[in-house]
Amino acid sequence: MQMLHDTIKHSALIILLLLSACSGEVWNKPYQSSIDNTLYSSFTERPKHLDPARAYSSNEYAILGQIYEPVLQYHYLKRPYQLVPLTASAMPDLYYLDAQGNISDEAQASYIVYEVEIKPAILFQPHPAFATDAEGYLYHNISEQQAAEIKRLADFDDWATRELTASDYVYQIKRLADPVLHSPIASILGQYIVGFSEFSERIADLRRAEDAKAWLDLRNEEMAGLEVIDNYRYRITVSSDYPQFIYWLAMPFFSAMPWEAERFYNQPLLQERNIVLDWFPVGSGAFMMTENNPNLRMILERNPNFRDDYYPSEGDFGDQANNLLQDANKRLPFLDKVVYSLEKESIPYWNKFLQGYYDSSGISTDSFDQAIQIGQQGELDLTDYMSAKGIELSVSYQLSTIYIGFNMLDPTIGGNGERARKLRRAISIAIDIEEYISIFLNERGLPAQSPLPLGIFGSREGAAGVNPYVYDWVNGQAQRKSLAEAKQLLADAGYEDGIDQQTQKPLIIHFDSVGVGPDAKAWLNWLRKQFDNLGVQLVIRNTDYNRFQDKMRKGTAQLFRWGWNADYPDPENFLFLFYGPNAKVGNQGTNSANYQNPQFDEMFDRMRSMPNGDERQALLDEMIALLRYDAPWIWGFHPKSFALYHQWLGNVKPNQLAHNNLKYYSIDSELRVQKQQQWNQPLLGPIVIFILLLFVFIIPAIYVHKKRQQAPAL
Amino acid sequence: MIYYLLRRVIYAIPILIGVNLLTFALFFVVNTPEDIARMHLGDRHVTQEQIDFWKSERGYDKPLLYNREQQGWGVLSDTIFYVKSVRLFAFDFGLSDNGRNITHDIQQRMWPSLAIAVPTLLIGLLVNISFALLMVFFRATYVDFSSVLLCVVLMSISALFYIIGGQYLIAKLLKLVPISGYDDSLSAIKFVVLPVIVGVVSGIGAGSRWYRTIFLEEVSKDYVTTAQAKGFGDFYILFHHILPNAMIPILTGVVVILPLLFLGSLIIESFFGIPGLGSYTIDAIANQDFAIVRTMVFLGSFLYIIGLLLTDISYTLVDPRVRLE
Repeated sequence: MQMLHDTIKHSALIILLLLSACSGEVWNKPYQSSIDNTLYSSFTERPKHLDPARAYSSNEYAILGQIYEPVLQYHYLKRPYQLVPLTASAMPDLYYLDAQGNISDEAQASYIVYEVEIKPAILFQPHPAFATDAEGYLYHNISEQQAAEIKRLADFDDWATRELTASDYVYQIKRLADPVLHSPIASILGQYIVGFSEFSERIADLRRAEDAKAWLDLRNEEMAGLEVIDNYRYRITVSSDYPQFIYWLAMPFFSAMPWEAERFYNQPLLQERNIVLDWFPVGSGAFMMTENNPNLRMILERNPNFRDDYYPSEGDFGDQANNLLQDANKRLPFLDKVVYSLEKESIPYWNKFLQGYYDSSGISTDSFDQAIQIGQQGELDLTDYMSAKGIELSVSYQLSTIYIGFNMLDPTIGGNGERARKLRRAISIAIDIEEYISIFLNERGLPAQSPLPLGIFGSREGAAGVNPYVYDWVNGQAQRKSLAEAKQLLADAGYEDGIDQQTQKPLIIHFDSVGVGPDAKAWLNWLRKQFDNLGVQLVIRNTDYNRFQDKMRKGTAQLFRWGWNADYPDPENFLFLFYGPNAKVGNQGTNSANYQNPQFDEMFDRMRSMPNGDERQALLDEMIALLRYDAPWIWGFHPKSFALYHQWLGNVKPNQLAHNNLKYYSIDSELRVQKQQQWNQPLLGPIVIFILLLFVFIIPAIYVHKKRQQAPAL
Repeated sequence: MIYYLLRRVIYAIPILIGVNLLTFALFFVVNTPEDIARMHLGDRHVTQEQIDFWKSERGYDKPLLYNREQQGWGVLSDTIFYVKSVRLFAFDFGLSDNGRNITHDIQQRMWPSLAIAVPTLLIGLLVNISFALLMVFFRATYVDFSSVLLCVVLMSISALFYIIGGQYLIAKLLKLVPISGYDDSLSAIKFVVLPVIVGVVSGIGAGSRWYRTIFLEEVSKDYVTTAQAKGFGDFYILFHHILPNAMIPILTGVVVILPLLFLGSLIIESFFGIPGLGSYTIDAIANQDFAIVRTMVFLGSFLYIIGLLLTDISYTLVDPRVRLE
């Protein structure tokens, strides 16, 4: 009896233990370490390129920016965005040259010379490419025998470093001109850097003469616009009509590249193992890549050779109050490691963030209601659930514009005639961008009044910034003009009630789209409804992206949607989307609407070489007024970024242009572990109950079966 | 049997050529070499010279199927189809359009796919056969009826629901395993558990009903009646007579899919972040990487042919009456 009693007691105890949460280590942790100074992040798509000569998208820059270092960077805290030295000892000195190459004043200049001086004693990360012995480089000619031992980069025994010099920057600029590398900005640089195109042609000839893939020592080839003065100084000569060139010096394209790295990776035995420069960067930044498995994860670790670099001591208004200056003057970086895991789907990614296994997250449409609530005044704030977890929200406007463009070559909606202009303005009013932002973006967007996003010089807020052809300024805010006004414009254009008065046929507009899936269908239906409101029929021509691009190149699209992200914070980078010589048709440029207006082009040429100031602002006002009048785009919206991060992640400030932000981040890893344990205790109770229920279900069946077995045969 | 197998191998060659030709035609109907070049070079600032250079580097500057400028055999051999296809038959997959070694990628990615597919197959077989035997054992009772009903319900649910439901229940609510991810070596176990459970559960409906049908067919045969007449119990007959005889259709059904296991599962790998070959193919299609697509389709058809051959051989092993001639 006592034994039975003990058994029941012990069983009850076990079940109670299982039913309650188990204490101690959590089971669902996706990584092994516990308290560590590591940032956990994710990527949805593997970066296509990690070679700074080739990479040009934000997901590639998120990695590259931590590893490679250009000479300039954007100040992490200050707004508007401000260029400051990174590896340069100061901002570049500028000289002006006339057409004959003599020093001249700015007004007479044909060329600008940028003289850059870099800091001494900067070291590259440890890498086998630098390893040497008495006979030279250890791994620049790997034998089959050596290669047999090598499966990963980490399998090399000897690693070394060397000092970064001015010639590494010059070498990288020459790489940008190498046709084998297909640098996406080669065509632009060819227009501005002196001797760039000639150099590129010479390299192409050399490559044609030899094995195209073999390593070519670019140090032996000279480019007219490049000069290494000494170990720490170099010069770049560019044409004077492109003062925005200085912004390129803050982009990874203009990072330092040691020639040894390119030589090392250019070996077939390494390429067979997918050990290539495009996957394993070699930089001097705060972090170095120690694992790159694009199918699983990428790991960055603190570069042990990273120079003395300190957290900024000055910031923007409110940074002190937001604890963004508490680490002022402390040595960077604060993190030891960054782990990026592959997460293709948003649901597991979001749940892992809520479990505390990712330190920060964006907000997908699916999770928006769980994360954000709309207050009584229409303000957006975190839900109580998120606040209770100590999650914090950061909101910023992206330096982007999403727009619907009119093909200005189209005989119906294009051209500079008054009829087509009125038609475009009528459509611009009828498409209710505010409704679109509300329905499809959960208010994460700002209706655009011009191509310039907020934060770019030239953009204006308030009444002065309103597009008078689409909005009225009423009671201190922009109010979209009525549909009646749009219909009147339509009638004035010769399409009363959507009927072409000349042919008496209904006006049909074609929208060329690449949208697939339910989300795209919903938005296309919404767009069709906007045209219905105006009395105009909209026909959706859905196609794949290749065909869409083909239509754009040939100019056969009529209405299309596209977007533009800023390369740098200058109005030139948005207004060149309307510059005539940049037209898509014929020139394959970025002017997708094929807008041509000599007056605009003339103003653009003047504007781009002007410094920011009242004179430039006035000219920009004039240019934007002209664009609003001609309406080559429905101005669309500027996206708003919502980022969530846990309370243990410090020094987070959205910066749309800085790519090296991870060195500023800090982690309170003890707090992270504590919260992870609190939020993730396993529950076994329901499983025990399920098993018990199965038994309960089966017992009567056993009884029935036995009874049937024991029943007499007929 | 050797002649039979040899004949089957020879038959396989035109099938593989046909599959390759079809893949090639389908791919290039949608994507021209120019489209592929633009996809790889990006949207911004791309010039025609860059596109032409990219195409010539990768051999996409030749005609697709027929080269009018060549003489003799050259009209066929100096084409994209020939150059890109002929090496496949020597299992030399070359480089992807992105410059990576495809063989190396496949060697790396097949293991995670196998880590999911093999346990899912084995545990799935065990569970489905056990469940089917249970239904047959309790046939014509409420257990049988409700189990068949359950199977129909399970069959009717979308695979995506099992994945999201499994992640929600097991990883989010019960917090027993990570929601997604993967790791090397033994650390992979905790990441494999959930996809395997989801794979097994999603297959119970169809699998168990199929096996139940096979077992019920056996139950109605004379040798079972004889065994019952001899006084053997139901349990004994089920395991000693019915199960061995029912193994022939079960085994042959399993053998055909064995070689395909390493190709992975497209949806499961994507949702659980498993770096296998299923997601490799999907990514390649999305990135218009013809080199990978053609390799994976070629491998898929090759392995399917191997699977069919193995099935034929397994017939002779499990049923002595079958002879391959």
